[in-house]
Amino acid sequence: MSKIKKLLLDETKYKITVPIIAILLSFLIGTIVMLLTGINPLGAFKALARTMTGINFDKLFTDKMFNARYVGEFLTTALPITLTGLSVAFAFRTGLFNIGAEGQLLVGAMAATVTSIMLDLPAIIHLPIVILSAALAGALWGFVPGILKAKYNVHEVVVTIMMNYTALHMTNYLLKKLPGSSLIKTVKSNPSGTLQSDFIASITNNSRLHWGIIVVGLSILVFWYIIEKTSFGFELRSVGFNPDASKYAGMKVTRNVMFSMMIAGAFAGLAGAMLSIGTFDYGRILVGFENYGFDGIAVALLGGNVAIGVLLSGLLFGGLKSAQPLMQANGVPLEIAKIISSLIVLFVAMKYGFEMWLRTYAKKQEEEGK
Amino acid sequence: MDYVIEMLNITKDFPGIRANDDVTLQVKKGEIHALLGENGAGKSTLMSILFGLYKPNKGQIKVNGKEVNIDNPHVANDLGIGMVHQHFKLVENFTVTENIILGDEPKKSFGRVDIEKARKRVKETSEKYGLSVDPDSKIEDISVGMQQRVEISKMLYRDAEILIFDEPTAVLTPQEIDDLMNIMRTFAKEGKSIILITHKLKEIKAVADTCTVLRRGKMIGSVNVADVTEKDLAEMMVGREVFFQVDKPERKQGKKIVEIKKLNVKDNRGLMAVNNLSLDIHAGEILGLAGIDGNGQTELIEALSGLRKIDSGSIALNDEDISNRSIRKITEAGVGHIPQDRHKYGLVLDFRLDENLVLQTYYKEPNSVRGILKHDEITKKAQQIIDEFDVRSGQGAMTVARSMSGGNQQKAIIGREIDRSPDFLIAAQPTRGLDVGAIEYIHSRLVAEREKERAILMISLELDEILNISDRIAVIYEGEIVGILDPKKTDEKEIGLMMSGSKRVGVANE
Repeated sequence: MSKIKKLLLDETKYKITVPIIAILLSFLIGTIVMLLTGINPLGAFKALARTMTGINFDKLFTDKMFNARYVGEFLTTALPITLTGLSVAFAFRTGLFNIGAEGQLLVGAMAATVTSIMLDLPAIIHLPIVILSAALAGALWGFVPGILKAKYNVHEVVVTIMMNYTALHMTNYLLKKLPGSSLIKTVKSNPSGTLQSDFIASITNNSRLHWGIIVVGLSILVFWYIIEKTSFGFELRSVGFNPDASKYAGMKVTRNVMFSMMIAGAFAGLAGAMLSIGTFDYGRILVGFENYGFDGIAVALLGGNVAIGVLLSGLLFGGLKSAQPLMQANGVPLEIAKIISSLIVLFVAMKYGFEMWLRTYAKKQEEEGK
Repeated sequence: MDYVIEMLNITKDFPGIRANDDVTLQVKKGEIHALLGENGAGKSTLMSILFGLYKPNKGQIKVNGKEVNIDNPHVANDLGIGMVHQHFKLVENFTVTENIILGDEPKKSFGRVDIEKARKRVKETSEKYGLSVDPDSKIEDISVGMQQRVEISKMLYRDAEILIFDEPTAVLTPQEIDDLMNIMRTFAKEGKSIILITHKLKEIKAVADTCTVLRRGKMIGSVNVADVTEKDLAEMMVGREVFFQVDKPERKQGKKIVEIKKLNVKDNRGLMAVNNLSLDIHAGEILGLAGIDGNGQTELIEALSGLRKIDSGSIALNDEDISNRSIRKITEAGVGHIPQDRHKYGLVLDFRLDENLVLQTYYKEPNSVRGILKHDEITKKAQQIIDEFDVRSGQGAMTVARSMSGGNQQKAIIGREIDRSPDFLIAAQPTRGLDVGAIEYIHSRLVAEREKERAILMISLELDEILNISDRIAVIYEGEIVGILDPKKTDEKEIGLMMSGSKRVGVANE
């Protein structure tokens, strides 16, 4: 039996093989769609490769071969959705479905802008306060559905959807009230309270990449540490798998539900800071949702709700998202990138189907082998 | 001799294991044929082959003398083979009739379901065999015993002539078991053939004509039930001598550990389930609580372990009032609890075995230090319990609990609860659904705990078990203790009367 076959049939590796199958299938179908509609699929793949590596495969071995700006922009796009991915994944480990990452992100973004603009402190104190306030605002937004679920058993999906709208309109209103705000944005962040960095810009050919990359890195570590290494994480996982047995074992199920929603909210709040004091460096008054929260659901789903998985899938979805303009330049409609992203979500959602299929295949191999 | 079903020299291999090794099963028309074996002996595999779920590697199947190839359950259905599974396959919010006709609905014009016609047929069969199912009740409103009859009606509706019952009595009360036995006898009289999968010897003696015994995939033999004793059957099944009677040294009652005073507890619907119940449990004794399922046992256990609020009254452990404390405080005070439903409460099935073995102690030193898990310590603890209680699994401490056998899951829970060394151990149906070997082992562990001066409350629906290992027997009826008996001076009949509320002993009549 070949090595690949062996890997495919190993039931303990389904967690890894199934998402990879989903990704490969999605790209395959995306390619077929392009071929059928008379588009050169190479254009799409080159665009994606250039976005994620910065290498221009049309101009190999010339001085135009590498442009660090692409990598910077790609990472900039991946940062917030990795964080909303962590948010959704964290809640999911406790058996909760956090649809509210969008709203938690918005209040986090606003809190960061407000503390950045209104306070005037040395950067060493100011920036941590700004970042912390974003996390706290997100946590507060997660606390509401958390406590409603814990105390009155109100379903978190309903509450978080409502809280998304509340967040959108409330933040818009408050941001407009800030001194100097126009109808579409606030003034720029205070230089002592921003994630933007001339240094990072200088090494990435003036991309918008910012210090948020460190925040995301730390967040992933924190996520992994809480879930895998602490007794609190043990409780959260236990409650997520079996609330009855957790209660029997003396865990405070309702309290855990509340904490879990708050921590999930904090991750999404940080995602907000990535935008308002990072990518854009000003608070934006939005017409509607930007779907960072929903992207987070996709990221968490593909990442299997584990820290490293969320990081990898955040990068992939970030790449697909930021490759869209370049695809268009290569004559590929940006919808192709969206089709591929959607197919990934679809196929990952079908993971039980794949697992069943792999199992039947394994059984057949077994019988033929006899 | 004519056989309805012949499974000849069946061999079935799974990766790494031979589940059936040259097994032959021959069932005569109109007989009740028991298939006996421990968990994992290959009974279910054999029946799955007959039902078309697995293909055998070797061997042939004959139905009514003709060789057949059963490659899916539809073929089995067409051959008149029906099966009542251990876990019912019913739609909770459908009516009895709707469940019975599901997949085989009688049609009127325009594809409408002819529910009237179906109702009538369901009613007819129910009356013919004395099943007394109400065709219009919803499944969620009827008892487990009644649900099983719905499953039986499903087979009858499809004109099954060969009925397979997979561990049918595991979920039933003693009364329901008697009724089921009568129903099976009626079927046999009508000329239907029955295969009864079980590991309960008493039932085989009571109802079966022939018994085929499997052990580790091999056929040990086929015997005429009238010619053998329960002990013979048990030895065929286990492969060694079996002791039904637990070896239990005499001992005096120790000091009072648990004192329950005038306890009142409500059930989920808000009705009083435990009524003014008072009970003492002493060090070094096993107090058996006998009763028909649903007479307040569940609520009593839940109140004792903190899962349910107490309405009034008190529970004291070592003279300390623990009523309405949090579950964790009660656990820490020294109460161990082997829950009735090990999948719902006892284990987190998606956790590894080691994680399950520290489910109540993960936060305490040395398992955790300042909120950080110490995986090495946890694995060490788990390994100790695994060794001590002989918990067998594929990858030791790293095995996912879901993939373990029921007996080993139960051993893991019992090991965990005993290892915490509680003063007071609640064992709720500790041997439910387990085979003779595991039951023997668990009983001996409970007796060993008694030797260590612990107070043990054992709740069981099996009277044999209660009579066998209890030092005192308390009988519960409608949430009240209707009598406390000495197992040496009573018998099944007396307890049975008390369980049904027609007799009281040593307690005041109101």
